[in-house]
Amino acid sequence: MTGALTQVPAGWVPLAAVLLLALAALGATVDGALAARAQGRHWGSGLGLPMAETARLLRQRRRRTVAADRPLWLIGTGGLLVVALLMVVVVPLGRWTLSDLPVGVVWFNAMDVVVWALVWLAGWGPNSAHSLVGGYRFLAQALAYELPLMFAITAPAVAAGSLAVGDVVAAQEGLWFAVWMPVAFLVFCGAVLAFSVRAPFSAPAGADLAGGVLADSSGIDRWLLLAGRWALMAAGSAFAVAVFLGGGHGPLLPAWLWSLVKTGALLAVLVWVRRRLPTVRPDRLLPFGWVVVLPLVLLQLLVVAVVVVVGGS
Amino acid sequence: MVDDIVFWGLAVVSVASGVAVFRVDSMARATYALAVSFVTVGLVLLLFGLDYLGIVVVLMMVMEMAIMAIYMIMFMGMNPALMPMSMVHGKRTAVTVAGLTFAVLAAGILLVDWPERRGAPAADLTLSLGHAVMGSKMLVMITVSAVLFATIVSALVLALPRGRYDTDGADDGDRASGEAPS
Repeated sequence: MTGALTQVPAGWVPLAAVLLLALAALGATVDGALAARAQGRHWGSGLGLPMAETARLLRQRRRRTVAADRPLWLIGTGGLLVVALLMVVVVPLGRWTLSDLPVGVVWFNAMDVVVWALVWLAGWGPNSAHSLVGGYRFLAQALAYELPLMFAITAPAVAAGSLAVGDVVAAQEGLWFAVWMPVAFLVFCGAVLAFSVRAPFSAPAGADLAGGVLADSSGIDRWLLLAGRWALMAAGSAFAVAVFLGGGHGPLLPAWLWSLVKTGALLAVLVWVRRRLPTVRPDRLLPFGWVVVLPLVLLQLLVVAVVVVVGGS
Repeated sequence: MVDDIVFWGLAVVSVASGVAVFRVDSMARATYALAVSFVTVGLVLLLFGLDYLGIVVVLMMVMEMAIMAIYMIMFMGMNPALMPMSMVHGKRTAVTVAGLTFAVLAAGILLVDWPERRGAPAADLTLSLGHAVMGSKMLVMITVSAVLFATIVSALVLALPRGRYDTDGADDGDRASGEAPS
């Protein structure tokens, strides 16, 4: 337990869930506005898109497929939102945190690995070729992004000398880690796009597969998958703010507001980026991930380690 | 008290999902039942105060099972794993070996003269466990893990110079007409 943060009782979990959903809705709203503008309409006309889509899906009938693996399908579908919430358990909001685990960084990493299982299960469940291929694609991509992600979040932990997210935030008092470890920060942002299945990592849900893992979902199932993706993106942004963008540090505003403002801003940037990038084939992402990104992020880690050793002595 | 309830809850789930591995009729269910079993074991480690090890077990096991599910389904060639199938074979041998192993381990637990606790637990259990297991060989172990990993990667690179999907881009034209969507 670190001194800098106040651990709030478990009764605050619902508030964290509401904040996470609100951020997810913000991401979807920004996306709707950008989509409207891309279609040549006024951006304001896209603001209602997430709500309209929610209303439509909640009224839609559930589609069933022949010989579906119902339990595994439900776990994959409902699990994404749960995992996103479990991710933000270790992310501080200003001075408060739900749990300042001594190994919070590893916890976040473990939760993003659970996404591997969930997306594949969502693809396996409906007993449909398109969605199963989507699930396979996600795991193929996971092999490309997971190691760079791990080394990217190792860098701030090395710099802070602790795996507790609270210590990592405290270590950024003067200078944000994003400033002096930009490669790790960018790689982590890419990984957030990857585990929320967004372009350039959107092949598992690609249009060439009739929606891939989303192909056979409908009604509330589809809503859970879509909302889960947005929530994962929001949770990833919140974690990036904590470990790279100084968490609640900032002038004038209270710390909790800084956390929210930065998370919202990073989320909006990620939404914008994902609309600007094409979907890349998973077999193209793998060599890029292993030959280009992994060595880069390892070099970044080396630089950070050298700075810590030289600066510490 | 709470610890006891959590422990027994996790233990029951762990054993039950371990049993489920052999009772279900689908590769996917068997694999993920095994994953649940491992995850609960990882969570039990948290009760020992081994935060890092417990969470790393969860991380590694979920990752491993996610990949294993693919291989299980891919290589189950004769009996397509997309269809319902039995998860057991060589029943008699397996039951005998499992029974004997259980008996030996259980007898070990009961018969070993467990030492009394001396002193208090260390402040950082993961650190002291690492020292206890590896001791002065720490540097060797750290180096060996990197060397092993590099060996695996380079062996793969040597075995598959071009890989299943040729990625130098030279034959994109052929492939676009054939298999991969662009």
